[in-house]
Amino acid sequence: MLQTVDLECTRGERLLFTRLNFEVAPGTCLHIAGENGSGKTSLLRILCGLLSPTAGHVHWGGESIRKLREDYWQQLAYVGHLNGVKDDLTALENVRYGAAVTGRAAPLARARDALAELALGNFEGSHARFLSQGQKRRVALARLFLAEEAKLWILDEPFTALDVRGVAVLSDLIGRHTARDGIVVLTTHQDAPLPGRVTRLDLRAAEPI
Amino acid sequence: MSNTFTAVVRRDLLLAVRQRADVANTLLFFLVVVTMVPLGVGPELNTLRTIAPGVVWVAALLAAILSLNRLFANDYADGSLEQMLLTGEPLPIIVLAKAFAHWLVTGLPITLMAALLGIMFDLGVEPTAILMVSLLLGTPALSLIGAVGAGLTLGLRGGGVLISLLVLPLYVPVLIFGAGAVEAVAGGQSPQGHLLLLGALSLGTTVLAPWAIAAALRISME
Repeated sequence: MLQTVDLECTRGERLLFTRLNFEVAPGTCLHIAGENGSGKTSLLRILCGLLSPTAGHVHWGGESIRKLREDYWQQLAYVGHLNGVKDDLTALENVRYGAAVTGRAAPLARARDALAELALGNFEGSHARFLSQGQKRRVALARLFLAEEAKLWILDEPFTALDVRGVAVLSDLIGRHTARDGIVVLTTHQDAPLPGRVTRLDLRAAEPI
Repeated sequence: MSNTFTAVVRRDLLLAVRQRADVANTLLFFLVVVTMVPLGVGPELNTLRTIAPGVVWVAALLAAILSLNRLFANDYADGSLEQMLLTGEPLPIIVLAKAFAHWLVTGLPITLMAALLGIMFDLGVEPTAILMVSLLLGTPALSLIGAVGAGLTLGLRGGGVLISLLVLPLYVPVLIFGAGAVEAVAGGQSPQGHLLLLGALSLGTTVLAPWAIAAALRISME
């Protein structure tokens, strides 16, 4: 279970949010909504442990993620605003090295399947620099297929640049993850159909301190 | 843990092969800097023999500095670094692997090229061999210390200049003992003491630097 306690975040001169308390139970998808600049990405980075909150804590299974560190990250899969896709590696190499570098097994067959699911089967040997934005996004999302054992998925605008079919595949993937008691935390502006149990968290626009 | 280490090394080597121009630039820079010196100093062989070890070592330091940008900047820009920070594997192992891969494509070729430069400066067989041994022992420390600087200056404006200011002073001991080893053997003394100290520096940084690099990267990502 993911839980925040009195979370506060200031970036520059702006207070993005304060006294933010919420819980995400297993099998739930948390949709974080809010205007541009309301602190969605900052909140996700705090939940990942990439950014320290100005005040407050994030707990995973009752323990602070600052204490758990690697034990927490092992159960986390993050797809950020940046794809983390290397232009000079092929789509397949990106998926396999992406998994291996984060300590996950990346058998060839599963990596191939992941790309095929995202309609990149014919592009597995193409260098990522020759792929379109949407295709690169798919390569980044293909890592999620190899991160099924990660309980918590944190996705920053995962639907950006995806076509209709890509959106459907991703919604389905998210649905399957929550169905096996995983947790998904995501931000999106699109009215993507999110399957399963979805709770919504609205962040208000930031006010200057 | 060792799987992750090998995976990161293989990934970075593959990227280095695909971005050959970047790697070649560093090595060419090293060669050109060293070649410039006889043109400036004049062709007097005795002078050249005396200054050769220092010149080669200073050029190696500059080449190392020049190549440090490549170490984390690309991974930072495309988001791969974020992924590396969020793994169940210890970050020091990952950065050690990155520094090792960096050494394989800069320190190691520089060491091998020193054989050629030894002939160019008419150093003689034994001093050239010692020059190569000193580079082999010292360049790992250059990659590791440099990686700390690269981690700290990540994402900063003007990071390139700042990194030189941060890292060059820390390279001083490596330079002194590296060039000192060759001068000792040319002067008829044993280079053993210098070489042992160089080895100790590299071993020490292998143990300590990964933790410093990991901490630097976490700070830079905030």
